[in-house]
Amino acid sequence: MNARRLSALVKVNIKRIVREPASLFLVILFPILLTAFFGLAFGGVGGAQTTYQLGVVNLGSPSPLGPWAQAFVGNVTATRKLQVQTYDSNATAQIALQQGKLSAVILIPAGFEQSVEAYVRNPSNPAAWQVSTVQLYIDSGSMFAVQAIPPVVQGALTSTISEVAAQAASLPIELGSPSLIQVAKFTAFDYMVPGLFAFSAIFLTMLVAQSFTMDREKGLLRRINTTPTRASEFMASHALSNMLLALLQVGLVFALASAIGYHSQGGAFSLLFAFVMVSVFAVTCVGFGLITATVAKSSGAATGIAFIFIMPQMFLGTFVSANVSGAMATVGRFVPSYYVTDALTSLFLRGASPTSAAALTDLGVVAGVSVATLVAGICLYQKYGGS
Amino acid sequence: MTGQMMKMNDAIVMDNLSRNYGDVRAVDGLSLEVPEGQLFGLLGPNGSGKTTIIKVLCGLLKPTGGVAFVGGYEVGKSDGKVKELIGVCPQEPAVYSSLTGRENVELFGDLHSMPKEELRRRADYYLQKLGLAGDARRRVGKYSGGMQRMVSLIMAIIHNPSVAFLDEPTVGMDPQSRHAVWDFVRELKAQGKTVILTTHYMEEAEELCDRVGIIDHGKLIALGAPKELKERFGAKDLEDVFIRLTGRKIREGA
Repeated sequence: MNARRLSALVKVNIKRIVREPASLFLVILFPILLTAFFGLAFGGVGGAQTTYQLGVVNLGSPSPLGPWAQAFVGNVTATRKLQVQTYDSNATAQIALQQGKLSAVILIPAGFEQSVEAYVRNPSNPAAWQVSTVQLYIDSGSMFAVQAIPPVVQGALTSTISEVAAQAASLPIELGSPSLIQVAKFTAFDYMVPGLFAFSAIFLTMLVAQSFTMDREKGLLRRINTTPTRASEFMASHALSNMLLALLQVGLVFALASAIGYHSQGGAFSLLFAFVMVSVFAVTCVGFGLITATVAKSSGAATGIAFIFIMPQMFLGTFVSANVSGAMATVGRFVPSYYVTDALTSLFLRGASPTSAAALTDLGVVAGVSVATLVAGICLYQKYGGS
Repeated sequence: MTGQMMKMNDAIVMDNLSRNYGDVRAVDGLSLEVPEGQLFGLLGPNGSGKTTIIKVLCGLLKPTGGVAFVGGYEVGKSDGKVKELIGVCPQEPAVYSSLTGRENVELFGDLHSMPKEELRRRADYYLQKLGLAGDARRRVGKYSGGMQRMVSLIMAIIHNPSVAFLDEPTVGMDPQSRHAVWDFVRELKAQGKTVILTTHYMEEAEELCDRVGIIDHGKLIALGAPKELKERFGAKDLEDVFIRLTGRKIREGA
């Protein structure tokens, strides 16, 4: 394998895709637009949300709430920005917060009533106050909640003791610093993102098929065959360039999805696994592209025939397949993109380790299919597709 | 015949070479030697088998019968060695339209693992010589057909091959471009390269070639220097030679 030739051919392949508007759209812009569209449509992100669910836990007695606490909660409700749900314990409220049912939780401390009453008795004597703290927990994944809720709660607290608040430099009850809670609130978009990685890559099949048929039509393959370039170098250049494109796609999709509000449960190692998985999957696409180019008589026909490989993978192995019936889900196990999506779903949605048996098995399946598809594609193309 | 049996100065030897496409015999028992440094013209109408001969000599097609040697290496058995020696300008301008003229040329230098500096120097020289220097950084897809053929020609010889196959290099070119290509071909000969030129322009063959072989229906029907052939057949030009041999005009086709 001559590195100079390989590198020259890889550069050519990349340049051709970047410089051809249709190819550039398919490989780069399409995944970006798709991610942006689904993120905005299903990610629950935007400025339209004006009310948030607030869990209230009364840690003191009397139960359920004393008069001052009731007044405080009433003021919170009166803002119309927070819908209050009371919880018996901090534990249940925290679970609801982590499940995404709530945007925030406040804990009314045991000494709340006494603090306000001591304050009312001696508003100008801080030494007589009994200071207590209202704890606030907020969904860290919601940028809007983090910014909107603390001032609303602080305002309601101030209003509760408004008559004396104006006379004092400080209050007997403090609002604790908000604790940002990582919640497991998954949007529809969060379920889609692992499938988006595979979805972006499957169109490489079409690009490879078009590239080979177009080069064949123009006589470029024949021309390259009059140089010392070996078939293995030429095929490897296509595999490598498509792997690089797949890496770029993963990077772009992940970066954009994260910017939109994707709740990834995986860390940097999971992202690295995604790069490896999708680049290995790209080799499958090269194989399918070669098989398509073998059958297709022209680049136009290649575009259509490529969908024979793209459609099943799209409907059975990407985010599109999330709601397919049981039978179809079983059929989905026969398409390689299923294993890409399955592994990345385990990592990014369930927080599985990249070294878990499930993830490694999926990677093994995709690697095996990639080798088999590429070998089949090369053999078929060289035997029937070169002329 | 073996490579060792070839005459020392033969760049190309064909011995009873045949190539069939199914039932059609495109090349029929061709025997021919081309000495090193000769500018040899393969003449004949479209479909006469000229391009098939080139494809066999380049290792793109396997001969159905007979043997061929290029630079002493047998075609079909030592194709790797043959491909290091040759440069091929195909009939169609096979260029990457999304690459610039310079990128196309440099790609083929890279495929032949040329030293970078030499590649840059030769690319500059030939782009300048064929009037493409000002357009070298434009994508070839934006070039005229004639300009694309010029780029294709440079791609064929950028790596300084000892044997150049130029398959109808001036088809569709305007007279000015054609004369630029003729100068280019003469320079290749002056550099001592063996050039195999296929054409159906008789005046082109008369102008450029040291020796020509006239092909019809895959057979070699005449061989010699243009002047010698004209004298032998009492013809005013090579077109007339072809008419006397076949009873047809060369551009009427097979």
